[in-house]
Amino acid sequence: MNADNTLSVHPESAASVRAVNDAFHGDLLEVSMGPHHPSTHGVFRMMVTLDGERIVKLKPVFGYLHRNHEKLGENTTYLASMPYTDRLDYLAAMTNNWAYAIAVEKLSGQAVPERAEYVRVILAELTRLLNHTCLAGFLMQDLGCSGTPLMYAFREREKILDLFESLSGSRMMCNYQRFGGCRVDPSADWLAGARHLTDNYGRFLDEFEDLLSGNEIILARTQGVGRLSPELAVSAGVTGPMLRASGVNYDLRKVDAYGVYPRFEFRVPLGDHGDVYDRYMIRILEMRESIKILQQALAGIPAGPIIDPKAKLRGFRPKAGEAYGRIEGPKGEIGFYLVSDGGPNPYRYRVRPPSFINLTVLEDMCLGQTIADAVIILGSVDIVLGEVDR
Amino acid sequence: METSEQIRDRILARFPAATVTLVSNPGPAAQHSLVLDHTHAVEIARFLRDEPALKLDQCSNVTGIDWPAKEVVDTVKSTVPDPAGGPDKVVETKTKRLVPGSLEVVYHLYSIALRHGPVILRLRTADREAGAVVPSLTPVWRSCEFQEREVFDLFGVQFNGHPDLRRILMWDGFKDHPMRRDYLEPDDYEWEPTPHGEVLAKAKRHYPAGPAATPAATEAPKS
Repeated sequence: MNADNTLSVHPESAASVRAVNDAFHGDLLEVSMGPHHPSTHGVFRMMVTLDGERIVKLKPVFGYLHRNHEKLGENTTYLASMPYTDRLDYLAAMTNNWAYAIAVEKLSGQAVPERAEYVRVILAELTRLLNHTCLAGFLMQDLGCSGTPLMYAFREREKILDLFESLSGSRMMCNYQRFGGCRVDPSADWLAGARHLTDNYGRFLDEFEDLLSGNEIILARTQGVGRLSPELAVSAGVTGPMLRASGVNYDLRKVDAYGVYPRFEFRVPLGDHGDVYDRYMIRILEMRESIKILQQALAGIPAGPIIDPKAKLRGFRPKAGEAYGRIEGPKGEIGFYLVSDGGPNPYRYRVRPPSFINLTVLEDMCLGQTIADAVIILGSVDIVLGEVDR
Repeated sequence: METSEQIRDRILARFPAATVTLVSNPGPAAQHSLVLDHTHAVEIARFLRDEPALKLDQCSNVTGIDWPAKEVVDTVKSTVPDPAGGPDKVVETKTKRLVPGSLEVVYHLYSIALRHGPVILRLRTADREAGAVVPSLTPVWRSCEFQEREVFDLFGVQFNGHPDLRRILMWDGFKDHPMRRDYLEPDDYEWEPTPHGEVLAKAKRHYPAGPAATPAATEAPKS
């Protein structure tokens, strides 16, 4: 310290530091983030070019988990693909199942009984709660709130997985939906358990939000970071909570009105800034809307068959044609495009993976941000590599 | 939303030189599609995106379909009068013809502004080898960027005008296109050169094959 309370270095060494800085000024550093970096949520790699700490270029590298899911789908029967869809986005097996079932039902013109439609809505909304809870936990982990928020989130996730397990026999690989309905009928006890969970979920969200949503450090780290303009989001095919965080009002549950969604009252939360904080907040608000849908669906679920008695599962051969079916999954629009040539296997089986397409704008969101922000921007996109690489 | 016929007529009114063919879907989904020609495809795509009545601002899904060349048997029935004066004979003549194969790229378009869709576009390549080229629609919709790369990677369709056409899911040194119908899986994915092969070759040079052959020379190398 000097007398005037400023920190100084020896003039000669200051000059040498400046010389070194000048020599390296403008030099770019290429960093390969991943595929084993813990913040990449799996095996995902970002080739990042840095100028100092700022990102000037970012190219995502995919394929570490590629197993050519679509080829598998073409080589098996329609029904045998159903358990494979669980493995796409392994946090949201129920919605993957539903999207596939809806595509096949469109292809073959199959009807679905009312009770099955209600059960599908209940399971899809439980999946949304599960997915968004996990995402909020992971995002906090990426931000550096090590452990506690993630464990709180996982505690709640486990309760939902218990419900899935008691209904379908498996926590995550549910294989529950069928063409024309669902596989097993939920018992009255199961519905009571779902009601109990739904009624208590709001309390967990209140607790979670009290701890995190207004936290000063989280606000400082996430607000204004990783902005995505609505025009780019629409052009880049971004869907789901990411699109709505940029302020575009587009929710397939309202737009396509599939299943029995038109019977339920719920709102579509929209963001203003399209930054990481908005993407976090949209998910919290969507969970509150999901609770509303769940309460209405659990109150109004009718009695009746769970699967269309005329539904043909084995030896299923739809007529030649094609169909694209899509639903609002927790990560965005999950769609299946099927082409039938009249045979027992689909001629073409295509998955439209929301998290893969949402990554199109990753570079645009990260340019000019620091490398530490790239981690939370990726965290706010909400990817699952099982679906990105397929 | 307008029907596929109306959209086709709208395109043809705007681009009289273009060829737009309607492909009807016989299935219950009734999602018909339009095949575009290569020269006008990008202009038509831009028109569909910007036209106020359509506003197809989101290209949701891009994928490829492989149609290999196949032999089709055409049966023509003709009646030939019987020279003996009996009833006419029905003669079936069967002619074989080869339908050339092609690769198809399918685009599912939706409108977020007007909340309608899908409008399905198809682009067809001339053949499955050197002519497997279509214009890229990435300049019109950014969402095509990764998906067209995927079609290039898995089907081997070249996209003219794509800003960054590289393999995306398979690794860079990979040779074939695994989603093609005639793709053959290699027997041993895991094979890689080991020092063992070199040792074997050296032993072969050292002990030339002869009547008193050594064990290394009698055993044919496995690969």
